[in-house]
Amino acid sequence: MKKIVAIACLCAAAALLAGCPKKNTTVEPPNAGSQVPGAGNANANGEGASTSATPLGGEEGAMGAKGVGPGSAVAKIIYFDFDKSDIKPEFAPVVSANAQYLIAHPGAKLKLEGNTDERGTREYNIGLGERRAQAVRRALMLQGVAENQLTTVSFGAERPAVEGDNEEAWAKNRRVELVYTQ
Amino acid sequence: MNKALPLLAVILCVAFCARARAELIVEVTRGQDNAIPIAVVPFMAADAPDASLDAAAIVSNDLYRSGRFKPMDRKDMVELPHTGAGISFDDWRRLGNDYILVGQMSPQGPDRYVINFELYNVLNRQRLLGYQISANHAGLRLAGHQVADMVYDKILGVRGAFATRIAYVSVTGVLPAKSYRLVVADSDGENPHVVMQSNEPLMSPAWSPDGQSLAYVSFESRLPSVYVQYLKTGERKRVSAKAGVNQAPAWSPDGKKLALTLSTRDGNLDVYVLDLETSALTRITDDPGIDTEPQWSKDGQSIYFTSDRAGGPQIYKVGLKPGEHPRRLTFQGNYNARPRLSPDESQLAFVTQEDGAYRIAVMNLKGNGDMQVLTRGQFDVSPSYAPNGAMIIYASRDRGRGVLALVSSDGRVQERLVSSEGEVQEPAWSPF
Repeated sequence: MKKIVAIACLCAAAALLAGCPKKNTTVEPPNAGSQVPGAGNANANGEGASTSATPLGGEEGAMGAKGVGPGSAVAKIIYFDFDKSDIKPEFAPVVSANAQYLIAHPGAKLKLEGNTDERGTREYNIGLGERRAQAVRRALMLQGVAENQLTTVSFGAERPAVEGDNEEAWAKNRRVELVYTQ
Repeated sequence: MNKALPLLAVILCVAFCARARAELIVEVTRGQDNAIPIAVVPFMAADAPDASLDAAAIVSNDLYRSGRFKPMDRKDMVELPHTGAGISFDDWRRLGNDYILVGQMSPQGPDRYVINFELYNVLNRQRLLGYQISANHAGLRLAGHQVADMVYDKILGVRGAFATRIAYVSVTGVLPAKSYRLVVADSDGENPHVVMQSNEPLMSPAWSPDGQSLAYVSFESRLPSVYVQYLKTGERKRVSAKAGVNQAPAWSPDGKKLALTLSTRDGNLDVYVLDLETSALTRITDDPGIDTEPQWSKDGQSIYFTSDRAGGPQIYKVGLKPGEHPRRLTFQGNYNARPRLSPDESQLAFVTQEDGAYRIAVMNLKGNGDMQVLTRGQFDVSPSYAPNGAMIIYASRDRGRGVLALVSSDGRVQERLVSSEGEVQEPAWSPF
């Protein structure tokens, strides 16, 4: 029985799908190639640097806009323990110094970027990062910072500060970065 | 009428396809003891003009990767028949084969090939399959996968899933200059294509039920947004860009809605359902804990999700009818998250924590709710079922590098997909 059954739909499917690679596309968002914070982007406010803010050391946060926010004497990262979102006593001065700056500069805007270490599921870590950012937001508001000066974003484990599968790296990645956008 | 959500359609660079550099290489790390011996005889002579088009090798690799078959080594073959008439069954039986696949690939005009193939039971000489497949050069890989699907189905009685695709996120570069690519490749990791590229994180790709679109999270605006991208044209829409969190998209079985995670102003994450046509939002969970990682039941009537309302993350299920309360499903261990339902809904795969390690576990939904940990890694996350339910693909670590790995849903077969470059994470297996 050498008669071979031809299946038209299989052929059609093969031919149809075979054409796919030619149609596959690369889509890049308009600002994907940009390394400049806020470039071409309505959500960031990098262009609106406040003249009343005097950058002391020319420091910028890892992703911060240039030339805004308090100078390098004020720390802008708060680190957390594993699976925790409470602010440890040693970081109270960081909260206070930034709160004082924000109160003295009502036009200043601060973005709180919550991060986790790599352990756990990615989407649940987004939740943990948000929880940390919110903890800092609440602490700043308790010291009198206006709600409209603060926004939060969680990167979860997606944006580590340092690479590595060890406690030293993880400790540096469990953090909230305080990024002045205005 | 889209009143609530801004719809941003972006059509860019549709002229060419970018081949991802990060190819995946398969290593089977643990096979099944009772794998079925089969001889897959080359479809072409070794000295054929275009011997690179080795469709039989694709079939053989697919069957091997499934862990259910033990294809005979080609160098042990004493003759290379192309049709059933040329098979010396006694010889192939003596060489230990239960089945033999023979075929012939012949060119038919420019860029057109025809493969005739036949599958035989070596023991009773019965002809089990006899088909012809035609394909152009670019379609030959797919044709090979389709042959493997038919062999798998015929012998095991289970639909093959070789002619399907996987989506994953590939990360290259050194901090802080990382590059994120959303890649779609064949189920064996070959034929990768970049569908989206960004210098900001890309997360959580999810296939639409028709396999035509991907939903995903992109931080390209430095804030998270959920996009839906139609793969054929690259056209995409921003479907959710609320203040706060926009995460974890999951398609409803009819493809008309997305379950996703949004947050209130004070950062409380809950699961919502977004109607893609009307942009109407329905809140599904309402709890001060983190509720996220939704996944629909097949009938579209309930949603599985992760919640830490009881302390650590656990898996819950809630009906979508008003007034239904979430029911907790996992009780073993203090970390169970990111549920994925097997295609026949008999099993739930998720990430569990065990001795400080994160591993893929499955829970029997039909019987007594038994839980079984399937993997042995330290950072095994993001499980996704093959559409036939036989395998689970997940993200793992190999010497500090993000790799993709597979485990059969009974845990007996394990393999790694090793990328030649960068980190690979968040695999999502396409539907049929």
